[in-house]
Amino acid sequence: MKKLSFIMVAVFFMISASLASASTLEEVQKRDVLQCGVSTGLPGFSNPDEKGNWTGLDVDACRAVAAAVLHDANKVKFVPLTAKERFTALQSGEIDILSRNTTWTLTRDTSLGLNFTHTDYYDGQGFMVSKKLGVKSAKELDGAAICIQAGTTTELNLADYFKQNKMKYQAVVFDTSDQTVKGFEAGRCDVLTSDQSQLYGLRIKLAKPEDAVVLPEIISKEPLGPVVRQGDDGWFNIVKWTIFAMIDAEEMGVTSKNVDEMKKSTDPNIRRLLGLEGIKGKGMNLSDDWAYQIIKQVGNYGEVFERNVGQGSPLKIKRGLNALWNKGGIQYAPPIR
Amino acid sequence: MSVHTPHPDLPPPSTSVGIIGWARKNLFSSPLNSVLTLGALYLVVRFLPPVINWAILDANWAGSTRDACTDGGACWVFVKVRLTQFMFGFYPADQYWRVILAFGLLGVLIAWLLIEKTPKKSWVAAFTILVYPIIAFVLFYGGLGLPVVETNKWGGLMLTLILATIGMFFALPFGIILALGRRSSMPIPRALSVVFIELWRGVPLITVLFMSSVMLPLFMPEDLRIDKLVRALVGISLFQSAYMAEVIRGGLQALPKGQSEAADALGLSYWQAMFLVILPQALKTVIPGIVNTFIELFKDTTLVLIIGLMDLLSIVQSAFADPKWLGFSVEGYVFAGLVYWIFCFSMSRYSQHLERKLHTGHKR
Repeated sequence: MKKLSFIMVAVFFMISASLASASTLEEVQKRDVLQCGVSTGLPGFSNPDEKGNWTGLDVDACRAVAAAVLHDANKVKFVPLTAKERFTALQSGEIDILSRNTTWTLTRDTSLGLNFTHTDYYDGQGFMVSKKLGVKSAKELDGAAICIQAGTTTELNLADYFKQNKMKYQAVVFDTSDQTVKGFEAGRCDVLTSDQSQLYGLRIKLAKPEDAVVLPEIISKEPLGPVVRQGDDGWFNIVKWTIFAMIDAEEMGVTSKNVDEMKKSTDPNIRRLLGLEGIKGKGMNLSDDWAYQIIKQVGNYGEVFERNVGQGSPLKIKRGLNALWNKGGIQYAPPIR
Repeated sequence: MSVHTPHPDLPPPSTSVGIIGWARKNLFSSPLNSVLTLGALYLVVRFLPPVINWAILDANWAGSTRDACTDGGACWVFVKVRLTQFMFGFYPADQYWRVILAFGLLGVLIAWLLIEKTPKKSWVAAFTILVYPIIAFVLFYGGLGLPVVETNKWGGLMLTLILATIGMFFALPFGIILALGRRSSMPIPRALSVVFIELWRGVPLITVLFMSSVMLPLFMPEDLRIDKLVRALVGISLFQSAYMAEVIRGGLQALPKGQSEAADALGLSYWQAMFLVILPQALKTVIPGIVNTFIELFKDTTLVLIIGLMDLLSIVQSAFADPKWLGFSVEGYVFAGLVYWIFCFSMSRYSQHLERKLHTGHKR
C-alpha cells in the first residue's frame, strides 16, 4: 500500500507539472462550462433534488464560480465523485474545482499537488444525545455508551477527547450511518457522535427528532472548502475570491434581493464589491461585475448557508463557527479593495 | 336373466382427496415434514402481516411531499416523486422519449429473435448486431440533429441497463473466442487466451473499475480524455468475457471427442465444425452457466457506484441525502431490490424455457 501511494504521489506531481502550462480560466471560458466535483450525496452539501438539479452548500460554491467566470450560475457540469477518486479527478483535469466536503489537512495540502482555497464550512465532530438524559455538555458524558460509524476518523477523535478529559466510554460500532441512527433510536447507546453537519441530518432520520439534542461541543477541526490544482495561481485566486466576495457581501448586507438597489449605494466598500470602483475584475482577468453576478445569481454567504443547511432547510444547523467574525463566528474575508 | 351390474365405484376415502388429501400428501407426509410445515406456517403468520401492513395497508401513496407520509407504514411517495429520476437519472425530461424508443426498439428486436416462427430471423439478427448499436448510440448520446446528452447525465435504471446490455453484448462473442483460443492447439493464441483469462479472473471487478476510473486517467496524455462511462464499460466487458470464456470452455469440454472427430471425418473445416457441430451443442449445455453469468453481470453493475456513476442503486442512495426526504432509505432499498429482482427473475425464467425448448435428449 505504501508503495502504491508513493507511485500515485509521484504521478500526481508529474501530471501537475504538465498541467501547469494550461490556464484553467481560459479552458473553462473556451469550454463555456465549469466542471465541478461534488459528493454523490451528502445532505445539505450536495444532493440531487426531485427534478435532478444538484443543490447544497458545496454545489453553490461551484455555481458561484461559474457566475463569476461565465456569468451564468447554471453553466456547471457536476461530476459526482466518491471519496477515493476525488483527488485523482482533480489532478487528471476531469474537474476544475473539487467542492466535495473535503477537510483541509497538512498532508492533503502539501503532498497531493492541491491547493485549498478557503474554508466555506467549519465543521467538527459533535455529539447528539437523547433529551431525557438531561445532559448539557459533553463533559458530563463519563461512562456513556456511544454509537460510532466504523473506520472513520471519528473513532480516533473520540478516543483522544475522552482520554484528555479522563473519562471512560463504551463504543458501539456500526457500519453505516443509517445503522448508527437505528442503534441510537433503539437505545443501544446514550450518545451518537459524528461530524456536526451530519448530526443534524441524522437527527431528522429519527422517528421523533425533537427528543434528541446536539451538544454545543466540537471536539475536532474539520475545515471544509473548495480545492483546486496546484500551479495555477490565477485560477486559485478566482475560486478563493469568489468565496471571499460572498462573505464580504454578507458583512456589507448585500443580498441577492437588494443587490440592484445597492448599486446606487454611496458606500465605497459596496461600490468596490460590485465593480463600480477600484480594481474591479482586472487582477483576475474577469469582467468588472464578477462579484455582482455571484451575489445576484447565487447569493451571499449567509443566504447560501441558510438555504442549504440553516434555517431555510430541514437541517436547521445553527451558524456557530460559521457566523461572521463580528457576529460570534470565525468567517472572515479580506477586504475587497 | 339378470344382467350383472357392477357396483358403482366408491369415492376415494375423504382423507385422500380434496384439500385434506393434498395437505396429507404434500405437507404432512412424515413427522419431519409436519414439523417443518408447522414451523413455516408460524413464520408466515408471525412475519407476513407486519410486512403487508407496512408495505401496502398502512403505506402512504398519495401526495408529493414528506408531510403526506402520516400513516405508520412505508412512504412510497418518496419513490413516486423520484420515479423518473430513478429510471432516467439526470437525462433531460423532454428527451426521455429517446431512451424509451431505444429500449423499446431493442425489446422488439429481441422479442423477434426469441419468439419462434417469426420470419427473416437472420436479417433481424444482423440488424440488431450491426445497425442497432449505431441507432442506440445516436438516440442515447445525440447527433444527427438530436441534442447531445452527455454521459454524466445518464443514470438510474437506464444506466444499469446500458451497462448490463453492452457488457453482455461483448462478453458472449469475446468469451467464445477466448474459450476456443484456450482449447486451440496453436501455442500463441492459446497462451494469449490463457494469460488474458487468468489475468482478468484474478482481480475483483471492483479493482478493475477502480483502475479504470482512478489510475488510467493519470497515465493518459492530458488532451486525451476518455469518458468515464466508456472506461467502465471497457473494464466490465473485458472482465465478463474472461468469466464467459470459462463457462463456455466447460461446455466444450463436456462434448465427447467423437463429435469433433466425426466432423473432421465428414471433411468439415475447423470453423464449419465449430459453428455447425461443436458450438451449438456446447452452448446448449451451458445455458444455465451463461445466464448465471448474465445475472451476475446485471447485479455487478451496481459496483459502478464506487466510481461515482449514478446507476439505479447509487441514484437511489443519493436521493436519501436530500434534506427534504431524509429517513426513507428502507423504501428506496426495497424499490431498488424489487427492480433488480424483476430483471434477474425474468432472465432466469427465460433460461429455463430455453433449456426445455432445446432439450434434445441429453437431459435426464
